[in-house]
Amino acid sequence: MNRFTKTLAAVAIAAATSTAAVANVSDDKIKIGVLADMGGVYSDLCGPGCVTALEMAAEDFGGEVLGAPIEIVSADDQLKADVGSAIVRKWVEDEQVDAVGGLVSSAVTGAATKVLTDAKKIAMISTAASNAFTTASCSPYNVHWTYNVAALANGTVKPMVDSGKKKWFFITADYAFGHALESVATEVIENNGGEVVGVVRAPLATTDFSSYVLQAQASGADVVALANAGADTVNSLKAATEFGLTEMVDVAGLLVFTPAAQAMDPDTAAGMRLTTGFYWDYDDETRAWSNRFKERHGSIPAMGHAGAYSMAMHYFRAVEAAGTDDSDAVMAKMRELKPDDFFARNAYLRADGRMVHDMYYAEIKPADQRRDNDDILNVLSVIPGDQAFAPMLPECNFAD
Amino acid sequence: MTFLGINLFGLFGQLLVGLINGSFYALLSLGLAIIFGLLKIINFAQGAMYMLGAFFAWMALSYFGMNYWVALVVVPLVVGFIGILMERFLVRPIAHEDHLYSLLLTFGVALMLQGIFTHVYGSSGLAYAIPEELKGGTRLPFMYLPNYRAWIIVASLVVCGLTWWLVEKTKLGAYLRAGTENPQLMQAFGINVPLIVTLTFGFGVALAGFAGVMAAPVYSVSPEMGSNLLIVVFAIVVIGGMGSIGGAILTGLAMGVIEGLTKYLYPEASTTVIFLVMVIVLLLKPSGLFGKEA
Repeated sequence: MNRFTKTLAAVAIAAATSTAAVANVSDDKIKIGVLADMGGVYSDLCGPGCVTALEMAAEDFGGEVLGAPIEIVSADDQLKADVGSAIVRKWVEDEQVDAVGGLVSSAVTGAATKVLTDAKKIAMISTAASNAFTTASCSPYNVHWTYNVAALANGTVKPMVDSGKKKWFFITADYAFGHALESVATEVIENNGGEVVGVVRAPLATTDFSSYVLQAQASGADVVALANAGADTVNSLKAATEFGLTEMVDVAGLLVFTPAAQAMDPDTAAGMRLTTGFYWDYDDETRAWSNRFKERHGSIPAMGHAGAYSMAMHYFRAVEAAGTDDSDAVMAKMRELKPDDFFARNAYLRADGRMVHDMYYAEIKPADQRRDNDDILNVLSVIPGDQAFAPMLPECNFAD
Repeated sequence: MTFLGINLFGLFGQLLVGLINGSFYALLSLGLAIIFGLLKIINFAQGAMYMLGAFFAWMALSYFGMNYWVALVVVPLVVGFIGILMERFLVRPIAHEDHLYSLLLTFGVALMLQGIFTHVYGSSGLAYAIPEELKGGTRLPFMYLPNYRAWIIVASLVVCGLTWWLVEKTKLGAYLRAGTENPQLMQAFGINVPLIVTLTFGFGVALAGFAGVMAAPVYSVSPEMGSNLLIVVFAIVVIGGMGSIGGAILTGLAMGVIEGLTKYLYPEASTTVIFLVMVIVLLLKPSGLFGKEA
């Protein structure tokens, strides 16, 4: 874009916002973009399912807010930060997108939120794991809804350390997300009197983890923590079972999405503990929504799908209550109103953009307890939001 | 027991694991060595064929109740047949063009297959259990050896040995080698070279399908599984040298061990070390360790 078109775009945006004062809804539309990995390794976690979830939210809200129709657009970030930020820039500068949902990979999300913050548009983060969006790179326009690495570590690690499993060994995915998960989990272990006896950093998309499993075996650890995701978790768990590691020590999956749990052989995965922001079969309310989702999408929702729906509904409610789609006014309303639906239990949106809600500590069911392959988790306990999520940093308090 | 600060028992374990992975690499690089090394076709769909092998094994079990052992025979035949169709209708029409065209074509086929399987089965992968007969393992003094891994070594080495014997020691293999070296002359002798090429391509692809079935119980069965391995396997063929079947097998084993040791000593470099070896080999001996002079 050259300087002339940039200026034009600026004039257009200025014109759009000034007419908004009259119509209250800019360009007479509420337009939400869904940015996600649509065909790659993370596409089951959000991807096309998040588009379905947002379309369901738009329909359930009646298709319009304040008389303005809701429009959902989507794009594939290809898991590349530069592709993601270019799409978001085009959306907010040329296509009057009001908020962007989806947001899966932490790297893409980091780049996208910067663009959105500059444009004063809301980032509705459903699936990204990093806690940076409400800490180191917090912004008044970030909303982080479903979970984060801190909640995973508090949820899964603390009960195990408390039950006497003091020595931990990490098999960590060697990139930003894995490092973040490992460091938050290490903090929880050490604060609760445990110790880390060893770490291996396995490159992303490693096929064979047997070498790392042998190292874990030799370390004398009580628990082997898998600080990885997706196929890496499946492959490392397969190797752990094969080499007899699971018979000697506990294996904790620090981030296990339901599609990954379904991809594991039940005999291999049974009994593995994990923390999740949502489980479709938790109660009647979650089942009702999840069955509707499954009918449209073909598979049960992962936590990011449910989170994306819940967050969009809350956004529409806030726009309605604020009487405008101006981001600052909407953010204030989102913080003021309490989200309360099948997903968000005992929930509130904190002033740093962190949505604090009940998390679930669960274990993977053995094969003989399953009705079918959708019946995969036993929820063991509910973790109250304030215990799951780390406290707010004072510098990230954006309340007026 | 330690030596120079390294736990020797740990090291033996890592060496054995490296050897297991090496035999798997050997199996994978074998098919590529035949297609790439003998036919001079750069088949970028080889990883996708490996993925097909694993998925077909899963489908055979889930839809037809076909167990692992039957799949081990049937699936490679099906995948090999797909390879034959691919050679006949896609690769051959552009065989006279530059190698780059077949590379791009097969790369496109690989992306399409990967896309279709992601669309139908999702990206997270499918579960496939280790066959009952091979569950459990043996406790060695320095490590626990799962039966399935022992089976990988045996099966890979047998298949590799047979293939080497077929290509290097039999009359059929001699026709094949001669046919790729000087097609016109062989045609003049009344040998149907295009048929030999098609069958060889099918055989090479079938080997990838076989490796896919072997991999299904131990690695995640997912659309991306082939693309993750393909580049490494290409590097192994390049290190071993074009046109050398034995070279590909030995290099596969050696690279498995080198990678295994790297995973033990400096895990962060484990995906890079094979490429480092490739660079060094290409600088010192451009035709590869066992390749004939170009």
